[in-house]
Amino acid sequence: MNNNIIARLDWLLILMYIILVTFGITNVYSSTYNDAVTSIFDLTQPVGKQIVFLGLSLFIGGLILAINVKFFEQFAMLSYIVGILLLIGLFVFGKTISGATSWYSFGGTSLQPSELVKVATALIIAKSMGLFQTDLKKPTTLLKIGCFLLLPAFLIVLQPDPGSAIIFGAFFFPLFREGLNYSYLFMFLGLVGLFLITLSFQIGIAIIIIMAVIAVLFYFIKKLRRKVKVWPFLLVLVISIGFSYSVDFIFNNIFEQRHRDRINIVLGKETDTKGIGYNINQSKIAIGSGEFSGKGFLKGTQTKGNFVPEQHTDYIFSTIGEEWGFVGGVFVIFLFCGLIMRIILSAEKQVNTFRRVFSYGVASLIFVHFLINIGMSLGMVPTIGIPLPFISYGGSSLLAFSILIFIHLNLDANRLNDW
Amino acid sequence: MIRKYFLIGVTLITSLVFVFKLISLQLINSSYKLLSDNNAVVEKLIFPERGYIYDRNQKLMVSNQPVYDLMLIPENLKVFDTLELCQMIGTEKTELEVKLKQAKRFSVKLPSIIVSQVSKKDHASIQEKIWKFKGFYLQKKSIRKYQDPIAANLLGYVSEVSKKDLKKNQYYTLGELIGRQGVEEFYESQLRGVKGKKFFQKDRFNRIIGPYEYGKYDEESKGAKNLTLSIDSELQKYGELLMQNKRGGIVSIEPKTGEVLTLISAPGYDPNLLLGRERSENYRKLALDTLAKPLFDRGLQAQYPPGSPFKTLNALIALQEKVITPNTTYLCNHGHRYARGMFMECHCAYGSQNNLIEGIYKSCNTYFANTYRKIIDKAGESTAGGMDIWNKHVKSFGLGNFLGYDLPTGKKGFIPDASYYDFWYKNGKWRSATVVSNAIGQGEILTTPIQMANFTAAIANRGYFYTPHFVKSISGDLLPKNYSKNTTSIDSIHFETVIEGMHKVVEIGTARIAKIPGIAVCGKTGTVENFIKIDGVKTQLTDHSMFIAFAPKDDPKIAIAVFVENGYWGGRWAAPIASLMIEKYLNKEIKRKWLETRMIEGTLLEEYKKPYSGKPFSVNE
Repeated sequence: MNNNIIARLDWLLILMYIILVTFGITNVYSSTYNDAVTSIFDLTQPVGKQIVFLGLSLFIGGLILAINVKFFEQFAMLSYIVGILLLIGLFVFGKTISGATSWYSFGGTSLQPSELVKVATALIIAKSMGLFQTDLKKPTTLLKIGCFLLLPAFLIVLQPDPGSAIIFGAFFFPLFREGLNYSYLFMFLGLVGLFLITLSFQIGIAIIIIMAVIAVLFYFIKKLRRKVKVWPFLLVLVISIGFSYSVDFIFNNIFEQRHRDRINIVLGKETDTKGIGYNINQSKIAIGSGEFSGKGFLKGTQTKGNFVPEQHTDYIFSTIGEEWGFVGGVFVIFLFCGLIMRIILSAEKQVNTFRRVFSYGVASLIFVHFLINIGMSLGMVPTIGIPLPFISYGGSSLLAFSILIFIHLNLDANRLNDW
Repeated sequence: MIRKYFLIGVTLITSLVFVFKLISLQLINSSYKLLSDNNAVVEKLIFPERGYIYDRNQKLMVSNQPVYDLMLIPENLKVFDTLELCQMIGTEKTELEVKLKQAKRFSVKLPSIIVSQVSKKDHASIQEKIWKFKGFYLQKKSIRKYQDPIAANLLGYVSEVSKKDLKKNQYYTLGELIGRQGVEEFYESQLRGVKGKKFFQKDRFNRIIGPYEYGKYDEESKGAKNLTLSIDSELQKYGELLMQNKRGGIVSIEPKTGEVLTLISAPGYDPNLLLGRERSENYRKLALDTLAKPLFDRGLQAQYPPGSPFKTLNALIALQEKVITPNTTYLCNHGHRYARGMFMECHCAYGSQNNLIEGIYKSCNTYFANTYRKIIDKAGESTAGGMDIWNKHVKSFGLGNFLGYDLPTGKKGFIPDASYYDFWYKNGKWRSATVVSNAIGQGEILTTPIQMANFTAAIANRGYFYTPHFVKSISGDLLPKNYSKNTTSIDSIHFETVIEGMHKVVEIGTARIAKIPGIAVCGKTGTVENFIKIDGVKTQLTDHSMFIAFAPKDDPKIAIAVFVENGYWGGRWAAPIASLMIEKYLNKEIKRKWLETRMIEGTLLEEYKKPYSGKPFSVNE
C-alpha cells in the first residue's frame, strides 16, 4: 500500500478536477431547472442523479488511489475483455434511447459502456506499448494496436453511435508521441484534408484540386532533391482519388440526411436557422447573448426557454456561455487547457512506458472531447453527440473520466516507485 | 521535439481559437443578443374590436359575437381520455389523432387549432371539463353577428387574410381578419382600427412574467370606428321580402342627399352563411350557383337595357336642345315606319295624336323615335355631331360611367357615342334611323339599377344629383369622400313637363297599379326586351319588368329603380314593388295588403327554368 500517497498527490490537478465537476453540476442544475425541482438531491432529476454519480466517482477514485500501482497494468487485458463483452451485450440487453442502443438500464439510471470502454482501451494501449517487444516500426505491432482500437470503435458504430466511435482516434496522439512514423501524421492530416475537400466541393472539382496539390508537391520536392521517383506520387494520387470517391459515396449513400445536414451546416453549404441548423444556431445565440459577464446563474433566457436542445448534455457549453458570459467560457477553456497540459507534462516525466502512454492517453481523450464538444457548441465542428468531460450531464461519462483522472493521479504519485 | 510538443501545441492552438471565437461571438458581434431577445421576449398583438354597423335610424345591423377555438400546445400534453374528448367535441378518434399529429408537426411549443369555432352547445361542456385535458385550452375569437339576415352583398363579410393579401398589404400578418366585399371591404381600415403591440418578458420556464422594459416598446391599438349607413334596414328587409323568388335589383335613394336607402339584389343570401366554420363550404356553394348568381350584386353590377324609362331622358334632351316643345305632337298609327321597310310597333291606337305628356304616360314609341331622330339630326348632315351632343347630355346624369359611390364593386353600363357607331358602320354610314332603338332605351344602351335610381333622383331634384353613397357617417371621423352636387346639362325648367308626364303615368297611364292614396307618385314603366344565346342561337326571353319612380312629386323623399328579370311588362312586377316600397318608406305601413301579398307570394322561378329545360318554350305569357 502507498502510505504517503496523500503527500505525493497532484493536488493542483485535483483542484482543477473539483472545480470542473462542481461547475458542471452547477450548470446541469441550471440547464434542467424547472418547476418540479424541489431539492438538488431529488433523484428523479438530472442534477440529483449527477450528484449521486459524483459521489460514486469519488468513492471509486479513492479506491483507485489505494490500489497498488502495478495492478493497472495487470488489470488492463481483463478490463478490455469485460469492456468488449459489455459492448456486445448491448445488442441483446441494451436500451434504445433516441435511436441508439447504447445503454444498460438499471431502475432509474442507465449506464453507457462506450464511456467505460475508453478507460479499458487506454489501459490496453498503454499496456501494449509497455511490452518489451513492442516496436511501432513493426507492422505486427501496428496491426495489434490497430485491432485494439478498431474493435470497440466498430462495435460502437453498430449501436449506432458514430460520434463516440470517432473518439478512439484520440489514441493517435500517444502513439505519435511514442514514435509512430511521421508518414502516419501526414496520412492523418491528408485524410482529414481530403475528407473536407471532397465534402466541400463536387467530386470532379475535388479531384482536380487533389491532382493540382500533388503536382505542386511533386514540383517542389523535385527542386529540393534531384532524384525523385514518380510512382509514389502516382500511387498517392490514385489512393487519394479512391478515398475521395469512397468518402463521396459514403456521404451520399450511407449517411442519413441528418448526418449530411450536420456536416453541410458547418461547411457553410446550407444555412437553415429553424430546421437542421437549429441546434447550432440556437447554441450560438445562447453563447453570443451572454456577452462579457453573462446573464447570471439561472437567468439564461435561451437556456430556460429550452431553445437549445440537449443543453444539459452535449450543449452544456452554451449554458456556460449564456449565464457566465465570456468570463465563464474563457475560464472553462483555460481550465481544460491547464488540465491537459498538466497531465501531459506529468506524463513526459514518466520513465515507465505503460504509465507514460496511459497518462498521455488520458490527456488525449480529454483533449478530443474538449475539441469536438466546445467546437460544436461554437458552430465550428459538425454536430457530434459527445459530452464535455466532467461538465456534461451523464453518469457514465463522469465516472469514466473520473476513473481516468484518478488512475493518472495514482500513476503520477508513484512516478518514482515500483518501476 | 515535435513529437513531445505536438499535443501541447495542438491543445494551445485549439484553446486560443476557442477564445477568439468567444471574443467574436460574445464581445464583438451584438446581433446574438438581439436574436436571444427574440426568443425571450414575446410580442402579442392587440386587436381592437371590429366596428359596429348601424342603419340610418341608428338601428344596429352588425355587431360582434365571441366564438371559441379549441387550441392545443403539444408540449404540455399529458395522457388523457381520448374517447371522452372525442365525445365532447363530436369527432371521430382517427380524425382527432390526425389533428394531434399535425399540431405536433407544426410545433410542439406553439398552439395549433384543434377545433375551430366550437358550437355554443359544445363550448359549455368543454369549458367544464377542459381541466382534465392538459395542454388544451379554449381561445376566444370574435366574429360578426348580424341582427337581421339581410343586405349580405351590401355589407360584405370578414375572413382570414390570404397569402395574396399579405403580399399586397404589409399591415396584415397570417391569421388576421380582413373585410371582403361591400362595406366591410371599402371601410376596412375604419372598421378594423389599428392593432397594437405588447411585448412581454418570458421567464426561465418560458412563461410570461410581465411587460418587457416596462412597456417601453408597446404600441397602443387605435380603436375601430362604427359606421352609420344610409341604408334603412326596415325598408331593405321589406324589399328583400318582396323580391323573394324573383331575380333583379332594387335601388332607392334619398334625392336630396344621394344617400342610398336600399340596395337589394335578388336572390341574395343569408350573411350568416359566411360566418364561422362552414364559411368556405358555403362560399363555394354560393359561387357555384351560376344560374341564380347570389354573389352577383344585381343592384350594382347587373347591366340591363333601361327600356321605356329612358324616354324621359330623351324628352329632357329634346327640350333642352329645343328640337321639340311640350306641345309638339306626333301621329302614331299603332307604330310608325322609320325607314324603308322598317316599322317600329307601338301600342297606341291607330291615328293617335300625342303631345309630350301623352307620349310619356302612354309610353308612345313613335313619339320618342321621332324626338330622338330630331336630336341626332339636329346638327344637319353630321349625325355624329348630334350623337355626341346626346351622349354628353346622357352622361351628365351619371350614366355610362362609374358613379363614384363607396362600395368596391360596380359596372359602368354603356352609352354609345358617334365613334362607337363609326366603328361598326364604316365611314359614318349610319343615320339616325339606324340607331333609333336608343330612343326607347333598347338598342346599345346598358344601365345598372343604381344608375337608374340615381337618374330618377336627378329628375326628382329637377336637374342635379348627389353622388350616391352608402355610409352616412363614421363615429369620430370624417367620410373619406366629399359627395358633391352634380348638376346635369338640362335646365331645371324642362323637368316640370316630364315630371307631369311621369305623374300621369301613375295616375292614368301604364302604372296605375302604383298609385298610392295620398301620395303623388311619379314613375315610368319599362318592358325590356332581352336575349340570351342558347347553344349559339340568339333566343328571346321574357321581357324584364322595369320601373323608376320618385315621390312625393313636389318634395321628393325617395327615388327608386326596380328591375325584375323576365317579369314581363313594367306594371306587372316592378311598378307594384316600387309602389309598395315607397308606401312603406313614406307611410311606414302598407294599406294595400292584397298587392303586398301578391308580390310576396308571386314567383318567377318557373320562368327562370325555361331556358335550361332543353325544350322549346314560349315567352311573354
